[in-house]
Amino acid sequence: MAEVTFENVSKIYPDGTRAVSSIDLEIRDGEFMVLVGPSGCGKTTALRMVAGLEEISEGELKIGDRVVNNVAPRNRDIAMVFQSYALYPHLTVYDNIAFGLRLRKMAKDEIDKRVRDAARVLDLEPFLDRKPRALSGGQRQRVAMGRAIVRQPQAFLMDEPLSNLDAKLRVQMRAEISQLQDRLGTTTIYVTHDQVEAMTMGDRVAVMRKGEIQQVASPQELYDSPVNLFVGGFIGSPAMNLLEGKLERANGGMAVAIGSQKLELGEGALRSRPALKSFDGREVIVGIRPEHLEDAELATDVPAGRRLKGQVALTEALGAELIVYVNTDAKPAVTDEVRELARDAGAAQPAGAAMGDAEGAALIGRFGARSRVRTGHTAEVAVDVDGLHFFDPSSGMGIYDGTTEEGT
Amino acid sequence: MSSTAAPGSVVGRPPGRRLPSLKGGWGAIPFVAPALAVLLFFLVVPVVWTIAMSFNTGAGLRFRRWVGFDNFERLLTRDGRFLDTDEWPWSGALINNIRWLVVYTLLCLILGLITAVLATRVRYEAVFKAIIFIPLAISGVAVALIWRFVYSPDPSLGVLNAAIDTLGGDPVSWLGQENTVNYAIILAYVWASTGFVMVVLSAALKGISQEVIEAARTDGASEWQIFRRIQFPLLSLPIAVITVWLIINVIKVFDIVYIMTNGGPGGASRVIAFSYYVETFQNGQGGYGAAVAVVMLLLIVPVMLLNIRRFRSEAIQA
Ligand SMILES: Nc1ncnc2c1ncn2[C@@H]1O[C@H](COP(=O)(O)OP(=O)(O)OP(=O)(O)O)[C@@H](O)[C@H]1O
Ligand SMILES: [Mg+2]
Repeated sequence: MAEVTFENVSKIYPDGTRAVSSIDLEIRDGEFMVLVGPSGCGKTTALRMVAGLEEISEGELKIGDRVVNNVAPRNRDIAMVFQSYALYPHLTVYDNIAFGLRLRKMAKDEIDKRVRDAARVLDLEPFLDRKPRALSGGQRQRVAMGRAIVRQPQAFLMDEPLSNLDAKLRVQMRAEISQLQDRLGTTTIYVTHDQVEAMTMGDRVAVMRKGEIQQVASPQELYDSPVNLFVGGFIGSPAMNLLEGKLERANGGMAVAIGSQKLELGEGALRSRPALKSFDGREVIVGIRPEHLEDAELATDVPAGRRLKGQVALTEALGAELIVYVNTDAKPAVTDEVRELARDAGAAQPAGAAMGDAEGAALIGRFGARSRVRTGHTAEVAVDVDGLHFFDPSSGMGIYDGTTEEGT
Repeated sequence: MSSTAAPGSVVGRPPGRRLPSLKGGWGAIPFVAPALAVLLFFLVVPVVWTIAMSFNTGAGLRFRRWVGFDNFERLLTRDGRFLDTDEWPWSGALINNIRWLVVYTLLCLILGLITAVLATRVRYEAVFKAIIFIPLAISGVAVALIWRFVYSPDPSLGVLNAAIDTLGGDPVSWLGQENTVNYAIILAYVWASTGFVMVVLSAALKGISQEVIEAARTDGASEWQIFRRIQFPLLSLPIAVITVWLIINVIKVFDIVYIMTNGGPGGASRVIAFSYYVETFQNGQGGYGAAVAVVMLLLIVPVMLLNIRRFRSEAIQA
């Protein structure tokens, strides 16, 4: 086991594409690091450079203390799990798992012991004599895992290993991989474009965009203090509402105007974001997570200055909660980042903007299941102002304690 | 997570009930009748005719007198040009053909495999492949003529002897002496067939998922181990198919021998098909020639049977 370190690593493909751009990343010994980001942001490229399947154009990559830029994949002592599983089609499950061990000329009974141990852990014992062709997707996935764990390598590299599974199995395997990694304590780099996977599995998560790392932090920290608009919009589901706003002084404190309505910011917001003061009278982008919106009738203790009015455009009852789209005259923030996030979500424009009318955006809120709001009616929405996020519209950076905080 | 399929159950075979079975149904006859008629006329009739003729003396292509197994007896025991077992090493057309079978088939496979693997690793793959493939586009007659020049004993004509001459050696009459003539022709034919083997195998190589190769690479395999343990086993099917093609090719080889040496010197480069041609069309011994053809047929049958069996087992597995 070992740490994996990227030092100013770049990948420039022969056609000039800068797939990975000067990334610095230190993955600690035994850590579960998730690389997440929209399609085409360079996650796979970064992972393949660690595996040695892609040449490193610039910078240094270390596994343990060893610089591995020029080390062949087979001498790097890493194990990779591919999205397609890449099982050897002509070998049985047993031989697939034993392949790497046999190449190392390990003693027969040691191989047998390891393969059977892995098969037991992964519930593969009944299938050891089958060819991959005769396995289900989930079973193939586990064979791919088995092939990696018997090797007891320095690090596991996984490229979207769950993306070919159906939703239910994915949730189950997510937990199994997490537990397995926990028990083995092997350094793991896990690539996904699914932010739920990233949040639930990672010890730390590196959010990438266009070949660059935006932020590396624990899932909670990413959620609480996204360094910029992109991370804020990417992490969380449904995504954060991003609106144009203007900061102004009100009643001795500060308030943010969103469209024609105003939200008074409490002491808390200012204390955790002293830099907001310098934005007095200026435009900002306000981020409101859907879970920080609530039906005002269910949150009667929220004062009038922290409510927004709007017309309910759509409700989706999920049983435990109600997803509500509320039209207001607030303008959706439209920047490159927001457009890219929307594209990645498969929409032509941000969800809120799509739902809203020509004038404003629809706020997406997660209301309590007991909410009585109805489509077409006016609703009052209580906002948890301490949970608001603010971004500088010119740079897209989050507004925290400095003027704008630098990326980690 | 437990298996629901019964152990040993064959995967992929459809449950028999669903499709209407044509087995034993006379209703299928109208559909296969045209094909059957063609087969009957062009395959079954000539084969039966040839087998019948092999028990006859034959005059040209007409039946004359029935002689039982006489033709076969003479062919296999008393015709030194077909099979000479009097002294070691054995010789004759049959032995030559076996030599062809081994040398030609192995060389084609090995060279085809090597060039196919190389083709995936060189920079100008298309150019490389085209060069290897070109001979296949040349007619057999032209191949024979080209190589007659290559092997010409006159150093001013023959490339090979020109090279030997430059190096100060004595010219060799490659096609004029018994111990080199067969290998010289075989090499020419290998040159003409390798391209096909390469194209088929390199297509099959391309069909192997790149991720599987990369998985092996990260699993710790060297390039040789990747070839030996992944690519080669995955090529076993196309290799088997190609081998059958090569063997059938070799058992009926004729044109290149006919043009390069006309069976010479002194019948030393005869092959089975060549004997058939000589006996039937030059010596006018239709019955004796037919016996040669029957021997050839008997050699091909086991190869075909093997092939059919394999196709069956694949149909079940796939
Ligand atoms: N061989 C190549 N030559 C040129 N450009 C490439 C090559 N491979 C990838 N790219 C480009 O590099 C960028 C990063 O690709 P990469 O596969 O790493 O993305 P990714 O983050 O894994 O995306 P996804 O989530 O869709 O798998 C993309 O813009 C892609 O088009
Ligand atoms: Mg990818």
